[in-house]
Amino acid sequence: MGLLSDPNRRRALISLLTRLNAPICVLCYFAAVCWFMGLSFEPFTLRTYMSENAMGSTMVEERFPAGERALATAKEFGAHKKKVGGMPVDWLVKTMQARGLEVFTQRFSRTLPFPDENNERYIVEGTNVYGILRAPRAPRTEALVLSAPCSPGDDNNQAVGLLLGLAHYFRNQVFWAKDIIFLVNEHDLIGMQAWLEGYHHTNTTGMDWSPLQGRGGSIQAALSLELSSDVVTSLDIVLEGLNGQLPNLDLANLFYAFCQKIGVLCTIQGRIQRNDWDSVSGYSHAVQTMMLMVMKQASGRSWGDHGLFLRYHIEAATIKGINSFRQYKTDATTVGRLLEGMYRKLNNLLERLHQSYFFYLMPSLSHFVSIGYYMPAFGLLAVILLLRALDLWVQLATPPSRNEDGVADIEQSSTGVLSVLTPLVISHLTGAALYMLPVRFQEMAVEHFQVSETEAVVLTAIAVYTGGLALPHNTHRLISGEGTEQGWRVLKLVAVLYLAVLLGCTALINFSLGFILALTLVPVASFVTPHVPKLLSAVVLVILSPAFTLLFSVFIFQELQEMPVSFQDGWMLYLSVISQGILDHYLYGSLVYPLIALMVYPCWLLFWNILFWK
Amino acid sequence: VAYLCFYSVQLSNMLAAIIMLIFICFCVHFQNTAGQFFSSGHTNNWAVLVCTSRFWFNYRHVANTLSVYRSVKRLGIPDSHIVLMLADDMACNHRNPKPATVFSHRNMELNVYGDDVEVDYRGYEVTVENFLRVLTGRLPPSTPRSKRLLSDDRSNILIYLTGHGGNGFLKFQDSEEISNVELADAFEQMWQKRRYNELLFIIDTCQGASMYERFYSPNIMALASSQVGEDSLSHQPDLAIGVHLMDRYTFYLLEFLEDIHPASKSNMNDLFKVCPKSQCVSTPGHRTDLFLRDPGSVLITDFFGSVRKVEITMEAIHLTDPILQLEDGEEVQEKTYSYVDQLPVSEIIHQKPKQKDWHPPDGFILGLWTLILLVFFKTYGIKHLKHIF
Repeated sequence: MGLLSDPNRRRALISLLTRLNAPICVLCYFAAVCWFMGLSFEPFTLRTYMSENAMGSTMVEERFPAGERALATAKEFGAHKKKVGGMPVDWLVKTMQARGLEVFTQRFSRTLPFPDENNERYIVEGTNVYGILRAPRAPRTEALVLSAPCSPGDDNNQAVGLLLGLAHYFRNQVFWAKDIIFLVNEHDLIGMQAWLEGYHHTNTTGMDWSPLQGRGGSIQAALSLELSSDVVTSLDIVLEGLNGQLPNLDLANLFYAFCQKIGVLCTIQGRIQRNDWDSVSGYSHAVQTMMLMVMKQASGRSWGDHGLFLRYHIEAATIKGINSFRQYKTDATTVGRLLEGMYRKLNNLLERLHQSYFFYLMPSLSHFVSIGYYMPAFGLLAVILLLRALDLWVQLATPPSRNEDGVADIEQSSTGVLSVLTPLVISHLTGAALYMLPVRFQEMAVEHFQVSETEAVVLTAIAVYTGGLALPHNTHRLISGEGTEQGWRVLKLVAVLYLAVLLGCTALINFSLGFILALTLVPVASFVTPHVPKLLSAVVLVILSPAFTLLFSVFIFQELQEMPVSFQDGWMLYLSVISQGILDHYLYGSLVYPLIALMVYPCWLLFWNILFWK
Repeated sequence: VAYLCFYSVQLSNMLAAIIMLIFICFCVHFQNTAGQFFSSGHTNNWAVLVCTSRFWFNYRHVANTLSVYRSVKRLGIPDSHIVLMLADDMACNHRNPKPATVFSHRNMELNVYGDDVEVDYRGYEVTVENFLRVLTGRLPPSTPRSKRLLSDDRSNILIYLTGHGGNGFLKFQDSEEISNVELADAFEQMWQKRRYNELLFIIDTCQGASMYERFYSPNIMALASSQVGEDSLSHQPDLAIGVHLMDRYTFYLLEFLEDIHPASKSNMNDLFKVCPKSQCVSTPGHRTDLFLRDPGSVLITDFFGSVRKVEITMEAIHLTDPILQLEDGEEVQEKTYSYVDQLPVSEIIHQKPKQKDWHPPDGFILGLWTLILLVFFKTYGIKHLKHIF
């Protein structure tokens, strides 16, 4: 391989690399953005198709007749819920037993780390009620779950009613090969988390729950139902789960196939599909749908009760009934038939859904982009970091030819490591502070300032974040002597590689989060040096920092959902997003908050340190 | 005297000739009816019906095999001569909305499972090894008769295979395959051990024609549902059950066989025409170059039916003669009973050769001797007659 071992050739390559580094980086960045935008262009996507052979096509006869009775049950449920002022446990147990299920309850309680202002809860206590329909002839080795949340007020009454109606109908059939568990969970995600932890005998979030008396075997698939009206105009499927995990694409394919068979309007992200992909508005519609999915996935939140199942390798999705102002309405019987068809097909499964993709993006319900197609967008951004690292390596390898560094050169080897290590350690300590301080010291903050606990937490977080900006000036007081030209280069090399590995790992697990962070942090990483104009770069660096990325994402998200907000409302929304993120981490184990606090923020601080390197 | 003798010789000659002629005619007549009876050369029929795939979505393969089983049984081959191998139990599958049934026509018109199905190899026993052992007869001594193919050199065997296949192989149970070379070698072993007289091989899988490409033993006729590179398609789904019920080729084969009765004279050329491309989408193929007889002279019932014209009846038979009952009061003879000696060994060892009864010679032998004598005396003159008498 004369190319790399021949010194002349090598020197030529290296000079090429250093000369063209900046242009190539810029080119790669724009290529990555263009690739990403091009993903939703319909000719570049694939049509969805059923991959699982055992499920076959929608070849099944749905005969669910009792939609009206389900709605009557829903009214009864609503009345009892209002009377009890919470979950009508006794009525639910009695009703499920009347339908021939084996009914069990589970009590759980959790004290949140700080009050949740969005849902207005702090100390949560509740009961989950679930009934198991045993398969008439099969051994109890596998199960399917149908769940509906018990929400305060009048929400989701029809979902529970339909669940009970389906339970009654399913009980009369002989062809179930798996047990079906009908679950009504209280306090949505918290109750679901308690049930799942009890079912799988794990306790990862420190919740307090009573053990489950009845079990049904390993769960193969789960559907969560959200229905708040007697008639619906469309059905929406929600796929994004905790930490950006998605169910197997076959579940979405199954839903779409049945929607087409029965003739119900089906949507994803609440947006109706358009057929005119070659027009600008059609393309932008697809882009917006995909961007919504990207943002929802990047937030790491579970956007439906199904999101917590995914961690246990159970494919789950949430089906929401939407009632908007359209002429064609679908009644409860048809929705029941759609669910019956889906469950009959899931019943035919022999193993867990695994034939189709686990990593994908959907610009519409009938088209998808798989990981092989969207990963190059991130790859191009990672290439920028690697090119920058190579450039720095080359600069470090060639001895500097300036005279002023002659004195410092001798000392560099001894202070080099320390000057690099110190910013690293301090950045990470700041990150750790950002992770721990807000929740730990909320009482102290509440004492000293007139704010509620939630605001205290959020404002502490922002305070620590902003405090980190002041660090470089103080760090340099600690180190005796001044930093060197070599020093910042070494630090930047370390920081760039660290960022590359961090973003790479993040993108593998949660592509959307990795890509959004890369979009803002990669330019930061590439251009920052101590020699760029300080004030301008400082402003740019702050704007591209994770906190501001989050702020812009909030505004863009609201725009995409066609509910634009003013700056005031946006700011309040931003604060609630931060508090929800911290809560998600403590309640369900979401990893976005620790990732940003402990890894991404220190990495960004390193670049901030480099900017202010003396 | 010579004048009289001459006349008597002439008369005896004619008599002998007439007797000879009558006898030869009689023999020829025997030959004709026997020929009709034994024109194919087989004396018994066997059938080996194999379904190689399991899982609920392969319902149609079990229905295929059971419908051929049903036809074969209706046409006269008894269960003792059928080796039925089903890789999975669809009738009792948890997902079957109509338990204990396997339907071949939609809207549940025809239940091919019934209550008299005798499955010889079931579930995981259907393996390539067991299939080849059944064909070649190399089974352990403990294998029951119902699991053996006890054919001899005068047996016509029908072999029907269905499942998922490819170019040159047939998949057994999602875990192993049988190749066309293996199958051809198994048939050659059968030929060398004289385990069949003629063999009809039918296969209903994707690219089925590849399975009979390698046959090299004589007296094999083969049919397949599709050529190499083509897929055999399934026929009709039943929405209530939720699966495809039959494959196209076997569906039309079943319809064709429903018109055949034990005495029908349809021949193999009609069988080759079953399921043309317009109905089957794939192109069925057949191979007759190894078969010695002309396919046009081979009856369908030579393979699908039985030599004995057996009619299976479901009706009860009324015994006409009443069974006489002993009136009360009649004395029952008191007599000690004893068992007949089952193995009279001592008698066999010590017995003397039995006197055979004397039979007068047959007319044929008599006539032959008369003819010989007359010819002798004619040739050598009558004057020697006095030497004898």
